[in-house]
Amino acid sequence: MQSLNTYRAGPDERGHFGIFGGRYVAETLMPLILDVERSYAAAKADPAFEAEFRQLLSQYVGRPNPLYHAKRLTEAFGGAKIFLKREDLNHTGAHKINNCIGQILLARRMGKKRIIAETGAGQHGVATATVCALFGMDCVIYMGATDIERQQPNVYRMKLLGAEVRPVQSGAATLKDAMNDALRDWVTNVHDTYYLIGTVAGPHPYPAMVRDFQSVIGDEVRAQILAQEGRLPDSLVACIGGGSNAMGLFHPFLDEATVRIIGVEAAGHGLDKAHAASLSGGRPGVLHGNRTYLLQDNDGQIAEAHSISAGLDYPGIGPEHAWLHETGRVEYVSVTDTEAVEAFQRCTRLEGIIPALESSHAIAYASKIAAKLPADHLMVVCLSGRGDKDVATIARALGDIHLGGLV
Amino acid sequence: MSRIEKRFQDLKAEGRAALVTFITAGDPDIATSQSILDRLPAAGADLIELGMPFTDPMADGPSIQLAAQRALAAGASLAATLEMVAAFRKTDNSTPIVLMGYYNPIHTWGAERFAADAARAGVDGLIIVDLPPEEADELVPHLRAVGLDFIVLTTPTTDDVRLPAVLANASGFVYYVSIAGVTGTASASESAIEEAVSRIRRHTNLPVCVGFGIRTPAQAAGVARLAEGAVVGSAIVQAIADTIGTPATVTAPLALVEELAAGVRAARR
Repeated sequence: MQSLNTYRAGPDERGHFGIFGGRYVAETLMPLILDVERSYAAAKADPAFEAEFRQLLSQYVGRPNPLYHAKRLTEAFGGAKIFLKREDLNHTGAHKINNCIGQILLARRMGKKRIIAETGAGQHGVATATVCALFGMDCVIYMGATDIERQQPNVYRMKLLGAEVRPVQSGAATLKDAMNDALRDWVTNVHDTYYLIGTVAGPHPYPAMVRDFQSVIGDEVRAQILAQEGRLPDSLVACIGGGSNAMGLFHPFLDEATVRIIGVEAAGHGLDKAHAASLSGGRPGVLHGNRTYLLQDNDGQIAEAHSISAGLDYPGIGPEHAWLHETGRVEYVSVTDTEAVEAFQRCTRLEGIIPALESSHAIAYASKIAAKLPADHLMVVCLSGRGDKDVATIARALGDIHLGGLV
Repeated sequence: MSRIEKRFQDLKAEGRAALVTFITAGDPDIATSQSILDRLPAAGADLIELGMPFTDPMADGPSIQLAAQRALAAGASLAATLEMVAAFRKTDNSTPIVLMGYYNPIHTWGAERFAADAARAGVDGLIIVDLPPEEADELVPHLRAVGLDFIVLTTPTTDDVRLPAVLANASGFVYYVSIAGVTGTASASESAIEEAVSRIRRHTNLPVCVGFGIRTPAQAAGVARLAEGAVVGSAIVQAIADTIGTPATVTAPLALVEELAAGVRAARR
């Protein structure tokens, strides 16, 4: 492992984490990107901004959410003591709302009236539509036609909240293509529109800004585990698509050398088949405003990702994860669709908690390693969202055709 | 003197602006695309922008997105694009060719090696949509080393404070993107273009070519009176799309180029 004084200092002033990150956007967007950067720096230094953010997290989102000792999963896994960080209990049902609260406050501060966002599973779209309703802003959500099909409940929720959901037909009609169309909208409506990116990716300052807003997850875990167990956790496990719940959990612990940190990518049908594991199966490239690990062919054409989980179905990953991968500070592993579906069922049956398919990837990996660890090993798994939205997908995966059509 | 510099010098002597035409390399297939490319100068193209197909063309509207998809489906690649340029150079050693596209395929190739290979193939310059001045250092020195121009994009959002930084890397010509938006959609008014071009001229002596939203001979003529070049892309690409599967796939875009060239040539500067 590369020896550093701190893993928490990045990015540099140009938005780089090592060789990753940066601002690879069209010139039309550059002045606006620089404006977002300046505005965020000013907001960060403003105690009133921080106070309003914290107040909304507390009274609107319902934070802090519990760090739950999952006794039945612990028993079933047969080793490490398992804790679930209950982001599923947030208003709107996932960690996405943390970031949306922060960015909508920034958009308002910048005088923007129109919000656009991309969404895969629809959780970020719902969270964005929610804060737009709360702040009275126009909201347009870009969502791949494939994802609209597999995440119908969330599509309807967004519409109820007053958002316009624009189906994206290009490419494989999933998250990557939704992000392309959101960028096309932004370049066209640059004068009045704010792009509320949902993960720790995109051009600087988004990866750092989204991480900062999501770090509330890790900050709470630190305080909660100290209160509950009197010491820091031994390991952290979180799923990664773009990687925002993982970065939010990991970042406050990066400089704690005793804490083992594990990010779980989606291996889809398997790493030798269709998958969405950018670090395990990709190499560095430039897409959507940043240099990072990407699934791509030998010509630099971006490959289609595959995961049963729409929220992980993206051929890239946040640039800070790419850097943490190369420095060796964080271990990145992967879990297949089948393993995730098994973990989904196990968590549901044993704990009475229906986890999102995304979060089920983290639970699946925890189940793989927990048995080899001692009973006093404290493992925190990020339950990044609830799984109600995935019920139809699960029914189809389990061959329950009747239910799959019903829900 | 570079081909680009020579071409603008000759056009200045002629007292007219350049018609800059865009096609996507390999659209709808490599052989047809080569036929169109080879005939563009005779149809009246003064400079050629050759699009490097990419799966995720974030700054392009539907016409050029679909062109890239067709090209990739037909087996286009960055290597094939360079081969097309090399083949073109066997019969034309004076018409400048500028490659236009996105950075990832070049990043994959390796910036330094790509600059050398592009120069060897007969490329004159590069326009990379997602490489603003903040990130251009990783490519521009390699282009300079082999005599390739880095053609910068300026836009309606590039203000006077930012223009010098954007133009610091520029050579060949300056490409003014006349609207905030993607290719092939809205068009700017002539008065807005005139104002923008005169603003750019206060910062550079390079020729200014104007693109985005220019579709007709009349629009091209209007721009030709205001700037050193008018760039037409989506309209030509659409002429290809509209005739796929017929013999007109080659002749229809060329007929449009002839009309556009007549418009530009009639507009004395």
